[in-house]
Amino acid sequence: MNVTLHSFLRHWQRAPFQLVLLLAGLALATALWSAVQAINTEARASYARAVDELGARDLPVLTAPEATISLDHYVRLRRAGWQVSPVLEGQWQSGSEAVTVLGVDPLSYPGAPEMSRAAEDNDLDLLALLRPPGVLFAHPETLPDLDGPYHLLPMEQLPPGVVLTDISLAERLLDDVGRLSRIVILPDQPASLPPLDQIVPELQQNAASDSAMADPERLTRSFHLNLTAFGLLSFCVGLFIVQGSVTLSVEQRRGSIRTLRCLGVSAATLMQALFLELILLALLAGAVGLVIGYGLAALLLPDVSATLRGLYGAPVEGSLTLRLSWVLSGLAMAVLGTCIASLQAFIALRRMTRNLSDAAVTRSAGRTYAMCGAASVLLIATGWAALNLVQGLLGGFMFLAGLMLGAALPLSLVFYGLSSGLLRLTRAPLLRWMVADSRLQLPGLSLSLMALLLAVATNIGVGTMVSSFRLTFVEWIDQRLAAEIYVQVETPKQAERVLNWADRNGARALPQFRSDSRTATAPLRIYGVVDDPLYRDNWPMVRGDGNSWHRVYEQGQVLINEQLAHREALRIGDEVALTPTWTARIAGIYSDYGNPDGQATVALATLQDRASQIAVTQIGLVSPPGVSLGALAGSLRRDLNLPARAVVEKNTVRSASIGIFDRTFVVTGALNILTLAVAGFAMLTSFLSQWNRRLPQLAPVWAMGVTRRQLAQFELLRSLSFAVLTFLLALPLGLFLAWVLLNIINLEAFGWRLPMFLFPSDWGRLFLLTGVAAALAALVPVVRLLRLSPATLLGVFAGDR
Amino acid sequence: MTDRSNLLRTLVALLSLPTLAVAQGYANLGSEAEGFAVPSPNGTLSFPADHAAHPDYRIEWWYLTSNLRTNSGEDLGIQWTLFRSALAPENTAGWQSPQVWMGHAAVTTEDDHLFAERIARGGIGQAGARTAPFSAWIDDWEMSSTDATLDRLRLKARADAFSYDLQLNAHGPLVLHGEQGYSVKSADGQASFYYAQPAYSVTGTVTLPDGPVEVTGDAWLDREWSSQPLAPDQDGWDWFSLRFDDDTKLMGFVLRGARADFTSGTWISAEGEAEPLAPGQFAAVPQRWSDVGGRDIPTAWRVSLPARDLSVTVEALNPQAWMGTTFSYWEGPVRVTGSHNGTGYLEMTGYDD
Repeated sequence: MNVTLHSFLRHWQRAPFQLVLLLAGLALATALWSAVQAINTEARASYARAVDELGARDLPVLTAPEATISLDHYVRLRRAGWQVSPVLEGQWQSGSEAVTVLGVDPLSYPGAPEMSRAAEDNDLDLLALLRPPGVLFAHPETLPDLDGPYHLLPMEQLPPGVVLTDISLAERLLDDVGRLSRIVILPDQPASLPPLDQIVPELQQNAASDSAMADPERLTRSFHLNLTAFGLLSFCVGLFIVQGSVTLSVEQRRGSIRTLRCLGVSAATLMQALFLELILLALLAGAVGLVIGYGLAALLLPDVSATLRGLYGAPVEGSLTLRLSWVLSGLAMAVLGTCIASLQAFIALRRMTRNLSDAAVTRSAGRTYAMCGAASVLLIATGWAALNLVQGLLGGFMFLAGLMLGAALPLSLVFYGLSSGLLRLTRAPLLRWMVADSRLQLPGLSLSLMALLLAVATNIGVGTMVSSFRLTFVEWIDQRLAAEIYVQVETPKQAERVLNWADRNGARALPQFRSDSRTATAPLRIYGVVDDPLYRDNWPMVRGDGNSWHRVYEQGQVLINEQLAHREALRIGDEVALTPTWTARIAGIYSDYGNPDGQATVALATLQDRASQIAVTQIGLVSPPGVSLGALAGSLRRDLNLPARAVVEKNTVRSASIGIFDRTFVVTGALNILTLAVAGFAMLTSFLSQWNRRLPQLAPVWAMGVTRRQLAQFELLRSLSFAVLTFLLALPLGLFLAWVLLNIINLEAFGWRLPMFLFPSDWGRLFLLTGVAAALAALVPVVRLLRLSPATLLGVFAGDR
Repeated sequence: MTDRSNLLRTLVALLSLPTLAVAQGYANLGSEAEGFAVPSPNGTLSFPADHAAHPDYRIEWWYLTSNLRTNSGEDLGIQWTLFRSALAPENTAGWQSPQVWMGHAAVTTEDDHLFAERIARGGIGQAGARTAPFSAWIDDWEMSSTDATLDRLRLKARADAFSYDLQLNAHGPLVLHGEQGYSVKSADGQASFYYAQPAYSVTGTVTLPDGPVEVTGDAWLDREWSSQPLAPDQDGWDWFSLRFDDDTKLMGFVLRGARADFTSGTWISAEGEAEPLAPGQFAAVPQRWSDVGGRDIPTAWRVSLPARDLSVTVEALNPQAWMGTTFSYWEGPVRVTGSHNGTGYLEMTGYDD
């Protein structure tokens, strides 16, 4: 066995380049996959830390869909024996920052031990938790934003922007006494309790808490699914490389394998030796891949966390932790992937040990094509079934997976058909030879061509989605930012000063009053706006007519955002419950990208009439004719002594928003390019693995007078033709992918549908890139052909005898 | 009950008879009393008002123990305790209230000891004690009456492994311990207000893991409140409530101090007349120790009161009656044999180090 393995490994000494290719392919595949995993794990761990370590994760909660929860509800539950814990949540303006205050009862909250520990670590008497002035716990990043006579303690487990405190202090901060946001049902309950719907029929039990702490997971699920899908795709593409290299290596060791068999080494030992060799290589490449993956993740993570934080407000720290589970799963993926990718090599080895001829292999190709076709139909059908049967995002992604793989599988069948058709059409002998020769190469090339197809289609699909989204987003933000200057105000008094100032200086003021409420499933923010032509002219409506604003101002109707409409299946003319006592008719639906929650807009007078606790945090200003924005902003800052960041011009907000948007898709872009690179690499290995077999086929053509130069040109042309054809097939697939992403995945993930735009110039660039990849892949064989000595070609004939 | 928060432990340290408070460095809190009312020998108890909570005192409890027998003749005991602890001498409404409540319930048979704990903030109605009609409660555990007296009570508690629902009828007067209810707890003069109803007859149902059983028996209710922990050198206590076959009763306790033990108690006649015992009259000496979860606990005692020619052996019905609650202690039913025979309850604190 030792000797066998040793002679197997000796092969790599003779073919170091091949070894590098194999290791690089596997390492690249592992790297991309594990980088994505590391990013996902890190993000999830950040969310989980928030909820998990505070112990409230996955505990069911009681909420009030149509009413507020009163303290009485809580006491009634407790008096009936239910072990429950109260939570009061709300927005608190601390200094210039708004934070989410989470008020809990440390005597029953599942995360109370963390609070005690944090207090003890800071040498604070534990009773201070319950007594004035009170203790605020926050992420170290958030602590500097907090203000007031409270004990401020760091708690790493909390998401940035969330402040955990005793419920008595939360009531004072939020000025909200005797009310609860939700009631957590604790895990251990006494026996034979009366059912909940008898005690608190007006409350509704939700499977899992949807608090500020649990939100990130829900919000960012599609983002992470996207990343995972990308990672898996890269991994698959990487495996094509491995497949090519391993098959090639077995092919090249035909001689030594025969010798070993002659020396009496059993077929089983040979198989074991190959298996051992592959495991060794997989572990080695997997380790290298993990290192690269870790570096890649560390490089991308700051962007990802900035994205998640910017777009969703989800807490992700920018640093990476090395987890054992990640290392092990990365290595396992490498080994498993190698085994799958080497199946063909094992089959080849088996055949070799039985001395089967190559001809038999080629003859069975027809059957393989038929099986590919059947599998393709099956995959697409399964995907379609999943879309209809599996709810939500998962169904969408299963459909995508089925569609992509199903579309890629019959690729060689298509090429086979195309080349056969071409053969019938053409009479030019050299061209006929080239086509026939290419058709002969199809079985060996098909996998790498599939990889290329997938990479190109994904590029087009994801690129179209991102660009469509960006175009819509930019247009939307221009409409939405109707005013020219935005002033952040902290107190009603300050708001009044700004409004008075605007009045004196002839600027039109658009104050944004708001009130926070809740629907059955999620928070709802209600805005009250003044009657201004800017709203009537600019507001980005998805559904509505010229009369929508009229009905808002004159009849007390409401505009809601697309997310709310989708989630609650609302249409124009329906009634929506804004608060327990306030139901309004819907006059229009507007787009509201980047916001996970429900939002409603009513006339200011209506809001003041119907809602309690109205806050004003932002005032938009439109400058009077002839006054520049800069001058207006400057005098506003000066006159009211406002800090610079409290007065922001429209363009600043606009570019900041677009900046956040672009950052979101930096990762997508990077992965796009990497996938394409891997696909090009796969083609290269396929070409190389066919090299040895090609010589006997080229030699007769050369002998008939076709020069090596011509042969090299044919080689290049062949590679480019395959790439072009693949691209042409990938284009419709990519566009369909984009349509699915925009209309199914986005709707499920965020609640908004996006219009699809086409970007032919992007396709052109991608076309060129594909061509370059194909040309580069053909480069090594081409150079070898050019340098091939006539003796080698002649040797083929000598070897035949 | 494992892995409770340290905050609870700190709270309980303040609340429980201050042995732990001493251990955790709260000894000085009490001597100053920090604005809390302090029991005074001149104070007189008034009923029914004193059945309710005294939020201006730091600590208080409603402590009921009962020796019961099932229809098939098996002995068992139940405990129902409501503790109140004030972080400040105020009684504000809502979450701002500085009052914290804790309930302990247990059922002890010869071979099983089941217990549970409840914690609640005051001020919101989740726990409390009031009169007219009398009720002391935490969650759905409740000791209640239809009138302002403690004469007829209904007692309920429910946990995951057990529950009970009992009717209590008093057949004797309230007993005031110490000097008209002013009970001295150390040679330095630390004291509490302390009265009891030691003569309840009980009927009702106790539900054990195997199912419900009908029970009858006797019960004893203690009411006590104070603001001062024990003297700094005292690190635990052994407390006995014993009921003899001739219907006389004995309450006695030993406060274990580094300098000296402090003993006191009350002899109660069959008619319910109380005779306070001077320090040193009551004596209790451990006779047998049991290993209870790695602790050495005295589960058999020689109790003597020479003035009454009393010398008895007090033995735990179940030596493993450890209350593994946030603040842990031993509490369980006992059998009494010797010069007098009967049943009772024993509580021992300060053994969990």
